[in-house]
Amino acid sequence: MDTKTTLKKRSEYEWVIEPFGKMRVPVIFYGNEVLIKAMEQNVCQQAINVAGLPGIVKASYAMPDAHWGYGFPIGGVAAFDPDKGGVISAGGVGFDIACGVRTLRTQLTVEDIEPVKTKLADLLARKIPAGVGSRGKLVLGPAEMDDMLVGGARWAVEHGYGTTQDLDYIEEQGCMPAARPQYVSNEAKKRQRDEVGTLGSGNHYLEIQKVAEVLDEKIAQAYGLRKGQILITIHCGSRGLGHQIGTDFIKKMVAAAGSYGIELPDRELACAPVDSPVGREYLGAMRAGINCALANRQVLTHLVREALASVFPKAELKLLYDVSHNTCKQETHTVNGKAKRLFVHRKGATRAFGPSCAELPREFDGAGQPVLIGGTMGTASYILAGTDESMSKAFGSSCHGAGRSMSRSKARKMWRGQEVVNSLASRGILIRSRSFRGIAEEAPDAYKDVNVVVEAAHQAKLSRKVAKLRPMVCIKG
Amino acid sequence: MQGLELVREKQKHRWEHFEHRADIGIRGFGATKEQAFEQAAVALTAVITEPEKVDPQQEVKITLRICEDETLLVDWLNSLVYEMATRKMLFGRFEVHIDKQHLNAAAWGEKTDVKKHQPTVEVKAATYTALTVRQAHDQTWVAQCVVDV
Repeated sequence: MDTKTTLKKRSEYEWVIEPFGKMRVPVIFYGNEVLIKAMEQNVCQQAINVAGLPGIVKASYAMPDAHWGYGFPIGGVAAFDPDKGGVISAGGVGFDIACGVRTLRTQLTVEDIEPVKTKLADLLARKIPAGVGSRGKLVLGPAEMDDMLVGGARWAVEHGYGTTQDLDYIEEQGCMPAARPQYVSNEAKKRQRDEVGTLGSGNHYLEIQKVAEVLDEKIAQAYGLRKGQILITIHCGSRGLGHQIGTDFIKKMVAAAGSYGIELPDRELACAPVDSPVGREYLGAMRAGINCALANRQVLTHLVREALASVFPKAELKLLYDVSHNTCKQETHTVNGKAKRLFVHRKGATRAFGPSCAELPREFDGAGQPVLIGGTMGTASYILAGTDESMSKAFGSSCHGAGRSMSRSKARKMWRGQEVVNSLASRGILIRSRSFRGIAEEAPDAYKDVNVVVEAAHQAKLSRKVAKLRPMVCIKG
Repeated sequence: MQGLELVREKQKHRWEHFEHRADIGIRGFGATKEQAFEQAAVALTAVITEPEKVDPQQEVKITLRICEDETLLVDWLNSLVYEMATRKMLFGRFEVHIDKQHLNAAAWGEKTDVKKHQPTVEVKAATYTALTVRQAHDQTWVAQCVVDV
């Protein structure tokens, strides 16, 4: 059946598939007609499959940047009630646990950066371990590994990477509680031994960006943003450790699903009841994976600060915020007027808590949580703010990026890496990468228009536009 | 084996990539299941670099407990992902033997050399998406899945 035709328009930016067959709840897609048309058929099927999982609450949501993922669509949000047999899904979190974005604010301006841009690009390319086979400077033994997995960014700060002030601007204050390294396999730990403080590859990057436009003066002020200001953004995740936890637990959950009476329409939806041995083990291991990603971005932040200090000794890099977009978190949300403890999966979706949320830093009062949207190396990135409406619309979630519109193989046939680099350089954007083929695969036109995605998130009131950023230097992983 | 028969036989061992919007599909063909698994492994390397650029300097042995074919393919590819990640190696040549209890394999390769191999992306994992291991009408074995990069 063509599931896409079952999408019904509720409003300009909200579409629904009413429950049928094994669906327990509806599918709700946030986006405009252009995005719906561009969306692959598989996204609807995946969102429908999620809607059939045990204990799902309210709806299976797809964000405006939704695209074909594994089990869950990328851009999928779903919450499960543990009191109603709700599940936790290793497939729903994916292979890059707590992959996310962190943005640092400088007091530098475009005029400060332009004369030294090439020098900075070369310096960062040398100082930031990136790409296949790269190693970090830290090599962790078994005890240190477990400490890192329990402590997250807090562990990194305690070891001299960054300041305690940074921790206030990270989800969970930089440390995901109740992480259980004992449930992380030795293989996962071995993959991570020398990968703390590495960027990874694929769509991961480090960018020097300028604030091109301020779209909400009041919130921009609360976030300390102004036009022409230089920001530095890091996009990366939990590296080999997170990938291996995903691999290990998807296999375990596929094998165990039958024993819990769960019928998987797609093996990649591998899940187990939250309240089951496998569920609890995964939760503990996944939380350790979140801490690994937080520690990783914290160490990278330190490396960026060191590099920048060698060019601008007085520059101060303050953390604006750090968001993770592949997670499952225990959160309290209002369902039918009652506060419920739920396990909220965000697969390629950003937490976007509104101004009423108590756990945000005080200066964000009235502004909401910063939502960091990574664009492409040639177009734009955005800073949005979480809204109170988003809390009821999608458990406080928004989009996470542009979303690919073309496969890597197709992109490789369309463009040559060197040409992409030259064309971006002529527009003042410097790219540093160890692989031209990687650049071709990540070419800006292989992605959806980030402006359309962000506009849809804004119009659907999932988050509010605050600032548009343009890349100046991009270190590709 | 001679002439046309040899050509036909050779055509059965090959690999290709297939479309997936966010990631890459890898597909191996072979006259036997083992060969299809070997070719899927070459396709895996081709996600990262050109397989012919990888010299077979070092041998790594892999043994896996047997399970149903599709899960075994994912296990096989994920064990290569693991070996590549922890040894910082790339592999270009593979030999797979499957008996009633085990998959015994050897992978030949060398340390990742950024200048020589120009590696494009790291593979995070082999997935269960678009996963099949089957024998086509012409008896050729096909082994495929999507890999997350």
